[in-house]
Amino acid sequence: MNSLINQAFKKAKNEKRPALLTYTVAGDNTKKKSLEILKLISNYADICELGFPHNTPIADGGQIQTSAYRAIKNGVKINDVFSIAKDFKKIKKNKPIILMGYYNMIFQYNENKFIEKCKKSKVDGLIVVDLPYPENKVLATKCKRKGINFIQLVSPTTSNDRLSKIIRDSHDMIYYISMLSTTGGKLKVAPKKILERYDSIKSLDKSKNIVIGFGITEKTIKSLKKADGLVVGSLICKEITTSLKKRQNAVTNVINVVKNLKNKIK
Amino acid sequence: MKLKRGIPLIDQHDQHGFWGGKFGGSFIPETLKKPIEDLTNEFKKLRKEKKFLKKRDYYFKNYIGAPTSLIRLDNLTKQLGGAQIWAKVVSEANGGAHKIYNATVHALICKEMGKKYIVGDTGAGYAGKMLSMAAKKFGLKCKIFMGAKDIKRQKPNCDAMRKNGAEIIPVYSGSQTLVDAVSECMRYWVSNCDNTHMCVGSTVGPNIFVKICGWSTAQISRELKLQLKLEFNKIPNKLKLINCVGGGSSAYGFWSEFIDYDKKRIELIGVEAGGSKKSKLHAAPLSRKTKIGILHGAASYVCQNKEGQINETESISAGLDYPGVSPMHCFLKDTKRAKYTYATDEEALNAYQMVTKYENLNPSLEPSHAFAEAIKIAPKLSKDTIIIVNSCGDAKKDRDILRERLVKK
Repeated sequence: MNSLINQAFKKAKNEKRPALLTYTVAGDNTKKKSLEILKLISNYADICELGFPHNTPIADGGQIQTSAYRAIKNGVKINDVFSIAKDFKKIKKNKPIILMGYYNMIFQYNENKFIEKCKKSKVDGLIVVDLPYPENKVLATKCKRKGINFIQLVSPTTSNDRLSKIIRDSHDMIYYISMLSTTGGKLKVAPKKILERYDSIKSLDKSKNIVIGFGITEKTIKSLKKADGLVVGSLICKEITTSLKKRQNAVTNVINVVKNLKNKIK
Repeated sequence: MKLKRGIPLIDQHDQHGFWGGKFGGSFIPETLKKPIEDLTNEFKKLRKEKKFLKKRDYYFKNYIGAPTSLIRLDNLTKQLGGAQIWAKVVSEANGGAHKIYNATVHALICKEMGKKYIVGDTGAGYAGKMLSMAAKKFGLKCKIFMGAKDIKRQKPNCDAMRKNGAEIIPVYSGSQTLVDAVSECMRYWVSNCDNTHMCVGSTVGPNIFVKICGWSTAQISRELKLQLKLEFNKIPNKLKLINCVGGGSSAYGFWSEFIDYDKKRIELIGVEAGGSKKSKLHAAPLSRKTKIGILHGAASYVCQNKEGQINETESISAGLDYPGVSPMHCFLKDTKRAKYTYATDEEALNAYQMVTKYENLNPSLEPSHAFAEAIKIAPKLSKDTIIIVNSCGDAKKDRDILRERLVKK
């Protein structure tokens, strides 16, 4: 498969560094601002994850919750999320974008309609936090048929038996959750330990791109640079919150954070 | 969609955990797959073990105080002049409500699994209070997640939790009520599932929690069945079992033994929280037309908007103030085995006043919703109809709300 996601990983590999993936919430804190942030961080990030906000996010920590509540409060609807993605792709047509969120939003929108809309908006991938394997098989197949990557998550608690099945059925990218935590938790496991587990997963199928997420900050990113990719989310959401509080320009501040992260893994 | 006979409702789901093919399931983050699988296997094993069942029965009898009594409310019956009204006084259970059954079973499971920490959510504070009691009894460290708004309105239960040595974690996100407490508790479990057991306070959440809770509260209807046979020499021919429904744990427990009976003979009536008469908000997903959605790991009827964002709910009763409901009740509704209606805050308060005026019974605001329905329908029914209300909670915890609301009038 030569998806944009695959190409992004290849490019990073050629530059002998992990791919940098960013996560921001669509509509945080406004539709316009979040598009602007997305456009500018994509100068540094290899893949952009865009969250569609939900008000009962059972796997997200405080930072992402705050971003999601802020976006919902400012009136962001699911169709706005698609239009942000679409507008982004008009300008950055080769930059992969992945939508990420909770299943109820997709269920209410209707699965088929949702995927159709992803396709129309040129979305490259989809992560559904609360639809694990094998329950997500049907949706994953539907995505694949439309050329959309369905990204499977694996965690430290995933059994070996499930792990091999998940990897077998996965598409171009797999998301490894570094530790038992919600998003934005402090990295409570030694990077060495995380990489050990990462290596054993990677050894099951070297052709899959595996990214590590959860607990990645300016301090920890360097120690995990061996991975195919690293995801930073809460740190960015937190920066938006702090900037708004200090009445500073959230866009510039966020770009600086991402630029800095990129420098650490070059 | 069809109910099966001879199989407990908790076991009538398919291999993916869905009742009627669409209610329930386990919509959980990957990290929880393993702990939930472990818990599922453990429960499957334990419920067949004679030793474990003996232990459960021992604590139900000697710690919880089973059986709770079934009493005839003569004055209320006379006053309303219709059906005979009875109450199953589940609030006699240790701690003052049915939540103790689920809490005790979870504490026992936690012990069996060798975990030292137990966490749980709470709305009215009963689930939290009972879990803190059970944790103390069985030597477990306990954390209770509770919405900041609920902490304020259910102070007596919070005092009890602290006295039992539990830590109350206030939840400030969202509406600061039960819905957010459950979310926060699940988040905590995601982060600590290696050494911590989670108790979901009602028949909601991922499939296994629905099952464990229903298995625990089913004690109520096992007792009731024996009591009916003693009292009437048989199961009466015209019986109506009325129960309030928030998550639906007491209603399931009250009904489970009677689901197989013909609905013309034994009618099951669930009463949800209709909220304030003046407000559009409510907590009645079954009786006020909502769509199926996914909340806290399960598909059920949910108070939500078109986009799938969960709606804020409103009810005078913290224990019923929840936007979702048990998948088993959704199944009972769609198969038409049970009927669901709602009572407003005002109706529940009036019912509370009437019951306490005529009877030596002090039902909390949750069962007061069920009494409101009983009071509404009793006068229209024949004298040989038996209405039994599950008085599943004691009003001590509602002291402050009752004082405020009833003095104002």
